[in-house]
Amino acid sequence: MTARRLDAGGRIDRTRRIRFAWDGAEARGFAGDTLASALMASGHPVVGRSFKYHRPRGIMSAGVEESGAIVTVGEGARAEPNVKATAQELYEGLSARGQNAWPNVRWDAGSVSGLFGRFFAAGFYYKTFMGLPPFEWGRGTGLWMRYEALIRRAAGMGAASREPDPDAYETAHARCDVLVVGSGPAGLRAALTAAEAGRDVILVEQDFELGGDLLSDPSEWAARDEMVAALEKAGVRVMLRTTAFGLYDHGVAGLVERVTDHLAAPDPALPRQRVWTVRAGATVVATGALERTVAFAGNDRPGVMTAQAAATYATRFGVLPGERVVIAANNDSAYGPAAVLAGAGAEVTVLDLRDAPPDAPDGVTVRAGRTVAEAHGARGVTRVRMARPVRDGFAGAGWLDCDLLCMAAGWTPVVNLGSHRDVRATWDAGLATFLPGPSREALHFAGAAAGVWDRARCAASGEAAAKRAMGEAAPAPEPGGWERPIAPLYEVRVPDVTRKSFVDPQHDVTASDVRLAHREGFVSVEHLKRYTTLGMATDQGKVGNVIGLALMAEALGREIPAVGTTRFRPPYTPVSIGALAGRSVGTHFRPTRRTPLHDWNLAHGATMTDAGLWRRPWFYPRAGEGIAEAYVREAATVREAVGICDVSSLGKIAVQGPDAAEFLNRVYVNGFLKLPIGKARYGVMLRDDGFVMDDGTTWRLGEEEFLMTTTTTGAGRVMVWLEELLQTRWPELRVHVASTTDAWASVSVAGPRSRETIEACLADGSDISDAALPFMGVARMRLANGTEGWIARISFSGERAFELFVPALDGPGMMDLLWPEAERRGGCLYGLEALGTLRIEKGHVTGAELDGRVTLDDAGLGRMASTKKAFVGDALRRRSELERDDRPRLVGLFPKDRSATFKAGSILHAPGEAEGMGAGWVTAVTHSPALGHWIGLGFISGGAAAWDGRPAVADDPTRGGSCEVEVVSPHMFDADGGRMRG
Amino acid sequence: MTRFSAWEVFRQGLRGQTGWSRQWRDPEPKARYDVVIVGGGLHGLATAFYLAENHGITNVAVLEKGWIGGGNGGRNTTIVRSNYAQPANRRFYEHSLRLWEDLSHELNYNVMFSQRSHIALQHSPGAMDRAARNYNLMRRTGTPDAEIWGLDRLRAEVPHLNYGPDARFPIVGAAVQTRAGTARHDAVAWGYARGADGRGVDILQNCEVTGVARDGDRITALETTRGRIEAGRVGFAVAGHTSQLWQMAGLGGLPIESHLLQAFVSEPLKPLLDQVVVFGVGGAHFYISQSDKGGMVFGGDLDWYKSFSQRGNLPIVHDVSEAAMSILPCLGRVKLLRHWGGVMDMSMDGSPFICRTPLRNLYLNAGWNYGGFKATPASGWWFADLIANERPDPMVADYTLDRFARGLQIDERGAGADAKLHG
Amino acid sequence: MIRLDCPFCGTRDHAEFAYGGDGSVTYPPLDAPTGAWHDAVFLRDNPKGRVVETWHHLHGCRMWLRVERDTVTHEVFSVRPAHPGLAEALE
Repeated sequence: MTARRLDAGGRIDRTRRIRFAWDGAEARGFAGDTLASALMASGHPVVGRSFKYHRPRGIMSAGVEESGAIVTVGEGARAEPNVKATAQELYEGLSARGQNAWPNVRWDAGSVSGLFGRFFAAGFYYKTFMGLPPFEWGRGTGLWMRYEALIRRAAGMGAASREPDPDAYETAHARCDVLVVGSGPAGLRAALTAAEAGRDVILVEQDFELGGDLLSDPSEWAARDEMVAALEKAGVRVMLRTTAFGLYDHGVAGLVERVTDHLAAPDPALPRQRVWTVRAGATVVATGALERTVAFAGNDRPGVMTAQAAATYATRFGVLPGERVVIAANNDSAYGPAAVLAGAGAEVTVLDLRDAPPDAPDGVTVRAGRTVAEAHGARGVTRVRMARPVRDGFAGAGWLDCDLLCMAAGWTPVVNLGSHRDVRATWDAGLATFLPGPSREALHFAGAAAGVWDRARCAASGEAAAKRAMGEAAPAPEPGGWERPIAPLYEVRVPDVTRKSFVDPQHDVTASDVRLAHREGFVSVEHLKRYTTLGMATDQGKVGNVIGLALMAEALGREIPAVGTTRFRPPYTPVSIGALAGRSVGTHFRPTRRTPLHDWNLAHGATMTDAGLWRRPWFYPRAGEGIAEAYVREAATVREAVGICDVSSLGKIAVQGPDAAEFLNRVYVNGFLKLPIGKARYGVMLRDDGFVMDDGTTWRLGEEEFLMTTTTTGAGRVMVWLEELLQTRWPELRVHVASTTDAWASVSVAGPRSRETIEACLADGSDISDAALPFMGVARMRLANGTEGWIARISFSGERAFELFVPALDGPGMMDLLWPEAERRGGCLYGLEALGTLRIEKGHVTGAELDGRVTLDDAGLGRMASTKKAFVGDALRRRSELERDDRPRLVGLFPKDRSATFKAGSILHAPGEAEGMGAGWVTAVTHSPALGHWIGLGFISGGAAAWDGRPAVADDPTRGGSCEVEVVSPHMFDADGGRMRG
Repeated sequence: MTRFSAWEVFRQGLRGQTGWSRQWRDPEPKARYDVVIVGGGLHGLATAFYLAENHGITNVAVLEKGWIGGGNGGRNTTIVRSNYAQPANRRFYEHSLRLWEDLSHELNYNVMFSQRSHIALQHSPGAMDRAARNYNLMRRTGTPDAEIWGLDRLRAEVPHLNYGPDARFPIVGAAVQTRAGTARHDAVAWGYARGADGRGVDILQNCEVTGVARDGDRITALETTRGRIEAGRVGFAVAGHTSQLWQMAGLGGLPIESHLLQAFVSEPLKPLLDQVVVFGVGGAHFYISQSDKGGMVFGGDLDWYKSFSQRGNLPIVHDVSEAAMSILPCLGRVKLLRHWGGVMDMSMDGSPFICRTPLRNLYLNAGWNYGGFKATPASGWWFADLIANERPDPMVADYTLDRFARGLQIDERGAGADAKLHG
Repeated sequence: MIRLDCPFCGTRDHAEFAYGGDGSVTYPPLDAPTGAWHDAVFLRDNPKGRVVETWHHLHGCRMWLRVERDTVTHEVFSVRPAHPGLAEALE
C-alpha cells in the first residue's frame, strides 16, 4: 500500500498540523484526522498484529468495525489497549503504539507461530495440552497449567496498565421523547422531523462529526451543513463522540460520551468519559450498515480494505490509500468509491462478479465476471490473482498488480442494538443481507440499518421512522435500492490455493476453521461461534459473522436462515469499565455513614472501624497503646468506674398508632402488649422461616408510641420488614413506622459510676435515681445545657448503664457535658472492641452469633418465646430439625490453661477428633479483664449441659493453633445480673 | 471415537485437518429409552455420561430444546471451588472438585481446569474470623488447600489490588483455596457430550419437551418437538425453567424462583490477573478472573427481580463496574466487551436438589442458584447414581425437596427463605 | 431498566425499588399450622409470563406495591398500592 496525502480536499484542517508519536517515532497529521488516516498518510502500512498467528495487519475499515488497526494509546497509567485507530480522533501529542507484537508490529518474533498454523486449527487446544505428549499421559492439571502459562502469555491483545487509572469518569441521566441513534441521512432527517414536530430529541453520533455516510461524499456537504443548522434551530440535543452502546428495557438507552479522549490538554475538571442513562419515549435506530468482505486467500493482508473505507479516506481525510486499486465487487455500491478513487488520481480496476455490471465511471476499468481469489504481498498487497466463476466454484484467471485491494461484497445493516431487544434479524435473500424484524417496542429502524441503500430513500426512511416514533402511521420505504441485483459472494476458492483465507481476521478464524467446525458437528451458530471463536473478538463479529454463517450454510447444504444468527450482546462497541463505574470509586464506592458524634470522637482520639456502612469508634488509644492494650483498659474501666460509648448507629424506628402494641406483639417473640409506659423491653424477632432476624430494646414512650432499636447492620432490613408486614399482611393494623436513626445522637454511659456522671450533667428536676428510673426504665431528661432527650436504664455491658438519646445536632454538646464528668471519675471513652469484651463476658449475642442460621433456642433465648400468643416465625420454628437437642447451642468458653488464648473462627470438637465437621465453632473471643484470662463465645452441639465435665478443643488449622477449652455457660460474668440491676 | 492427543493434532495438521469427525452424533430419536434426561446443559450431559460410564446404562437420551451447553453452562463465569461449609455442601462440592482435577483425562477433552487459586478478600477482623471458621472446616474435611492469608502474603501474590488509603473498605487479608480456579465452560459441555455419545447416549438437540404423559404416579412418555419419546425413568435437569417442566408434569409449586444473573467479559488483555479474586462487603458482591484468551471475566449480584429473559439492565452493569474499580482500579481503561444474562434456579436456601419426586420414575436435579458450574461433575455423578439405583446416596441425601418441611435449610449465607438473596 | 409507575411518585427506574416476592401468596394466620406456613414461605409457582408480585419503593415513598408484570418481556400492566385500603382510596 503506497498511500499518500492528497494535495487538497477532505474535511481535515490543513492549517492545523498535529504531531503525534507512533511506536516512539514522531509522525504528523492534521486536525480532523483519525489516528488511522494519519498513520496511513504517514506511510505505515502495518499497524497491527493478529491474535493467534501474529500476521501483519493494516487498516481494514474507516470505523468501529475495524479488525486490523488495533493499537495501544497513551502511556503509563493512561495506556489504553485495544483502541481502534480508525475511530481514534487525532490530537496533539497523542502517543500510540502497536500491540501483541515483539519487538514491534513491523517485525514481530511471534509471527513464527504462523509457521505452525496448520496445527493450530479451531479448537485444537481442546484436544491436547492435557498430559505428557504425544499421548497425553498423566493425571491431574499440573501439565496443563504449565501449558496454560505459555498460552496466556501468547494470547491477549494489548497490555493494560497495572496502575490505577488516574482519570475521573461520571454517570449522567437524561430523558427525551425521541432518541435518534446515528446521524447519517436517515438519522438527521429523523431527528429534524421529530424536533420540528415539537418533540424533545436527542441525536447521538459516535463520530466527531455529524453526517455519517454524507461525510464521505463532498457533493453532499453543503446539504449536510444545512441539515445540521436546521437541527440546531429545531432544538435537537446533539451528542457527538457518543455511542449508544445498548438498549435496555422500557426505552432506556446506555450511552457513552467520550468527553476528553480527543483533547491534548483536557480541563482537569472534566471527566474522561461519561455514561448516560437515557429514558426515551421512542428510539430511532439509524445506525447504518457495514460493508462486508469476502473470504479468500490472503484477504487479511495490509492493503485490503472495504471500498467504502478507501473512499472515505480519500474524500473525508484527503488520503489516497493506494495508487493502483483493484475493487472486487458484487453489487452497485462499488462504483461510487471507484469513481472517487479514480478522481483522486488512482488507477482503478473493478472486478465485478456480475456478468452485466453498470457503466464504468470515468477512468475506471471494469472487468465483468471476475473477482479476486488471492492477495499477495508480505507487508502490503502487491498483486492479486483474479478468479472467474465456473461450475461448482471458481477458477484462477490471471494476475493483476496493485497496491490496494478494495472489497465491496455487500452490506450488513447494524441491527446490533435491536438484537438485545428481541428484534430478530431476518435474512433477505434478494439483498443478501439480514434485516431487522419487527419490534414490539417503540423501536424504529431507519436508513441503511433497515436495508435501505440509496441516500434519498434513506432520508425518507428516517422521516417515516420519526413519524412512527411520534405515533403516526408512516410506511417505511422498502429495503434495497440498487439498480442491478447483488450477486451474493462470501468465499472465493480456486483449487490450487491453500493459503489461509480469513473469516474473522481479528481472531484469525479461517474458512477452513468453519469447515472443521462443521466436520466436528459444531453446526449451530452458537456452537460455531464458541468452537472457532468467530465473532468474539473486539469487533464482536461486525464484519465476519455473515461470512461465517454463509460458509456454514454451504457446508450444511442449507440456506443461511436455517443456520440462524447469533444474538448480539451489548455493548455495541467496548465501553471503559471506569466510565461504567463513574464517580462511585475509591472512598465513594459505597456511602459512608457517620454518627452525629463522628467529629467529636475523632477529636477525642478515636480509631475508627467499619460497621456495615457506618464508621464507628473502635478504640481510643492512649499514648503507647495498641488496640490490645486499649480495649482491655477500656473494658476494665467500664467495670470499675464509667465509660461512654457512641451507639448512635443503632437502628431506631418510631412505631406509632393505636395498634402499635399489638403490632410489636406479633413481630417479637416475647410479649409487648403489657409493656408499661416508661419501660423498655429486650425483644427478639424471627424471620418467617423461624430463624432469628434481629434483636434490640423497644421503649414504650406513650400509650400509642414506641421507640424500637435494632442492630446497626440490621436496621435497614428491619424497617423494610415492618413496612412489608403493615402494608401487605396486616393492613388492618393502624400503625405507622418511621426510621429515626439519623434523628438521634445516642450514647451509652455504663459502669458503677454512670449514674453520678450523668446526674452531674442533668438540669435540676431530672431524677434518675433507682426509684425514679429503675432497671429497664425510660424517662424524659433535660441536660444542664437545656438539651432535652430520652434516657433509658438499659445495659449491654452488664453494668449499671444508661442510654441517652438527644437530637442529633445536640450530640456533641451532650458529650462536652458528659466527658469531663466521666473523666473526673476515672472514666473513659470506649469503642466497639471494648463493647465486644463486655458483651462477650455477659454472653450477649450480636451479628457474630446471629448469622441467619440460628434459632431462638440455639441462641439460648428460647425461654423468651411467649406461649400465650403467636408471632412471626412461630410456626416454622417448630420444624423437626430445629427442635433437635443436639443442635449447636450458645456457650461460653474458657481456655483450660488460663494463660492460653484461642481465636474466633476456630472449630470446636471433642479431643482426638482431628478431622471432620466437629461439634461447633467459636464466634467471638476476647481477653476478659474481669476474669483475668481469655474467654470466648461459641456454639457447640447440645450446649454447655452436654459438655459438662468434658473438655473440648478449639482448632484453628488455617492460622495455626489448637487450644483445649472448657465449655461453660455463656453468662461468664455476673450471671445473676446484680451489677446491672444494682 | 478418535482419541484426542498431541499426536493426533500433529497428524491431522499434516493432513489438513480433514480426518476429524463429529464429536457427537446427530441421531433420530428412538421410540423409547431406559432413561431420558431433559436438559442438555452441563448437568444433564454429565448425568448421561456417568449413567453410561459408572452404571452401564446406555439406552439414554438427552433432550435439549436448543443446542447443548447453550443455557447457563454457556454463559457463566467459570469459577470452580469447594469452599462451602454447610455439611451437605461441604462433602458434595469437595467431591466435585476432585472430579474436576482429573476431568480432562477422564473425558479425553481438555476442559482447561486451571487451579490458579480462589482468593476471597476480607475487609475486617470479624470477616477474617468468619472466613476462618469455614476454611478451618475445609481443612478438617478433606480440603488441605484452604488457607487464610494476611495482608503481606496477599500483597505479594496480587500486588495491584487496591490497598490504598482511598479504598472504601480496606483489605485486611484473604481466605484462599489454592486448588480452586476456572475451567473452560464450553469444553465441559462438549467433553461430556462426546463422552456420553461415545458410550451410546443419544443427544437430541432442537428437541423441546412440550408435554408429559403420566399414568398415575409414573411418567410414561414425553411429548417433544421431535415426537413422542417413551421413557423408563426421567431426569429433569433444566435449570432456570424447572418450574415450567414441573408444572407440565402436573406437580405444582417448588422452592424455586427464576432470576436473572448477568455476566461480563472485557476485551482480551495480556496477563493481568493470575487468580480468581472475589469479595463481598458493604452490600456489594463481585468475582473476577482472566480467561486464557485474555478477557477479564466478572460478575456480581442478580438483577434483583424475577426474570425469564436472558438480558439484564444497566443498574447492575454499573454496580459490577463499581465493584471492579474498587478492588482493581487499573481496570478503568479496560473496556467491557460484552455482557449477557442467564436465568437461574434460585432456591429458597441457596442449595440444590438432587432427589426423588412425587412421581415414582421422575428424578429432579435443580436449584443450583448461580453456583451450578462448579458442581457439574458431582451433580452428574450423583444424579446418575440416584437414577440408576433409584435411591439417594448419603452424599446427596439432604438435597431433597422436603428439607424445608423438616427445617433443614442448607443456607450458606444465612439469608433465609428469600430466593433472590442466595447469590 | 424496568420503569414502574408508582402511584405515589410517578414513573421511576426499577433501581429505586426492591423486588419483594410473589404477590399471589396469601400468608396464613400466625397461629396456622406449620404445613400452611411451609407452603406460603417456600413453595412458588414461578410462572413464566404474567405474574403478580410485590415491590417496595425503597428509595422513594417506601410504599409496598402490587405489580402485574410479564417476567419474559418485563411489560408492566399495573402498579397499585399493596395496602388494600390505599388501593381502594386511589381507585
